[in-house]
Amino acid sequence: MENPILITENLKAYYGNHLVLKDINLEIPRLNITAIMGPSGCGKTTLLRCFNRLHELSPGGRIEGQIWLGDTDILSLDPIMVRRRIGMVFQRPNPFPTMSIYDNVIAGYKLNGMKLSRVEADEIVERALRGAALWDEVKDILHRRGTFLSGGQQQRLCIARALAMNPEVILLDEPTSALDPKATAHIEELLISLKSRVTIIIVTHNIGQAGRIADYTAFLYLGELVEFGPTERLFTAPKDRRTEEYLSGKFG
Amino acid sequence: MRTGSYSRRIVISRIMECVIFFFAFISLLPLTLILFYLAKKGMAAIDWQFLTHLPRPVGEEGGGVVNAIVGSAILIFCATLMAVPLGVGAGLYLSEAKEGKLSYWTRVAVDILQGSPSIVMGVVVYLWVVKPMQSFSALSGSIALAIMMLPMVIYSTEETLKAIPCTLKEAALALGVPYYRTILKVVIPAGMSGITTGVLIGVARIAGETAPLLFTAFGSPFLDINPLKPVAALPLVVFNYATSPYPQWWEQAWGASLVLTFLVLCLHLTAKIGTRRWKIQF
Ligand SMILES: Nc1ncnc2c1ncn2[C@@H]1O[C@H](COP(=O)(O)OP(=O)(O)OP(=O)(O)O)[C@@H](O)[C@H]1O
Ligand SMILES: [Mg+2]
Repeated sequence: MENPILITENLKAYYGNHLVLKDINLEIPRLNITAIMGPSGCGKTTLLRCFNRLHELSPGGRIEGQIWLGDTDILSLDPIMVRRRIGMVFQRPNPFPTMSIYDNVIAGYKLNGMKLSRVEADEIVERALRGAALWDEVKDILHRRGTFLSGGQQQRLCIARALAMNPEVILLDEPTSALDPKATAHIEELLISLKSRVTIIIVTHNIGQAGRIADYTAFLYLGELVEFGPTERLFTAPKDRRTEEYLSGKFG
Repeated sequence: MRTGSYSRRIVISRIMECVIFFFAFISLLPLTLILFYLAKKGMAAIDWQFLTHLPRPVGEEGGGVVNAIVGSAILIFCATLMAVPLGVGAGLYLSEAKEGKLSYWTRVAVDILQGSPSIVMGVVVYLWVVKPMQSFSALSGSIALAIMMLPMVIYSTEETLKAIPCTLKEAALALGVPYYRTILKVVIPAGMSGITTGVLIGVARIAGETAPLLFTAFGSPFLDINPLKPVAALPLVVFNYATSPYPQWWEQAWGASLVLTFLVLCLHLTAKIGTRRWKIQF
């Protein structure tokens, strides 16, 4: 593959002694949307949380192998620096409840104690909210609590919060599973519009969603990477029987 | 048959309702009676002079308990100042390190502390602080009260912080925020209302404590804000006056009781309203 942004080499992840990811070798293409699919409990969330090293914070969480971001192994970097380059959006919208919409967007700066001038902050907020297709809805209520928004708006606020840090990669863990179809469609459009700026990795249970937005799809099964390739190829001509069975709804 | 048993059930449920109402009423009765009686007796003693003047010797008319009001304020303030940082810190530790030996033993210690009789606190602080310093003092009184308050602050902090969704902490961590900043800037602010409520209840609890003050703050007829000197306190005044042989002092004891009860009630009400008002929605 040409110029991948993230490469995992023999990536293993444990919870205590429980091996959850078994030798994952994966190359995430730059400025594309990659979907990670697989039945419940196969390790999708764990894989995502390895990329920004959140996995190590789970009780007993441990990683072996290498994850290359460009030509550095992120496992040798300071996790804090990794997380500033690789943003994350969670399954349930989680804006900071004590902060306004405005402050939520620049939370990455504020919480890290980075000083921003008023003009800079305004600019970052507007750009991130426009990027997350939320600006028009909230531009007049920026001072209100982020938790006042609807679920879909809150999720876009969380995307804006991640975008504001100018990450190279954004990880999304089933970002639409708590949303209705309309809000879901909105987020899907948004992700497609974002992929020219940032590489997107999305975990999803929804085969239709992967088909609609993902350029590449990885299929995990019981902690193994069963198959990885362009979504169209994977969906129309899966090479592995397990992929085929999953896609036809035999398990999931 | 069916309708018969149905109407019987309605009757039984009616009777149960009455019984429950009766018990609810009974449990409210003591509080209402106490408040009523206290108000009746206390109001007679309370006037402007009572709240702003120092005590007078027996036999002289008038005099007040301003020394005890100020003393209680000093004691409560210093105790809160000591108990809150320690208690919030310990509660934070317990909520973060849920399992582990130290957490286990901390919980055991806090449980025991919570169950210890307050008079024991007074004796212990007497031995630790009063004796080495060779003087009763506001400081020693505050320490005794702080120890009484500590378990409440610890547990309310722990419970509050445990209820904060883990995803909130992860949201901050995922933005590259260091752990200590995540705790200080995200977790604690999100738990602020719960912690404050816990502190208010804790203050209400220690405001009326007499036993830990008997051999520490000791009481004083003067208005003195030196923390190394003995200091008066409302519950001490109630105790000393009520057990004195002078009817004039008994009346003042009622007045001091009313002031104290009013203070405690206000704290509880603030805490109650605060829990609703400052509630943070996740
Ligand atoms: N905190 C944890 N401690 C121990 N084991 C865990 C923990 N979290 C997940 N696991 C285990 O790791 C495995 C993978 O979990 P993971 O959450 O990555 O699955 P997933 O593919 O995201 O599933 P889902 O689709 O249900 O979200 C599961 O077998 C699960 O039991
Ligand atoms: Mg998951």
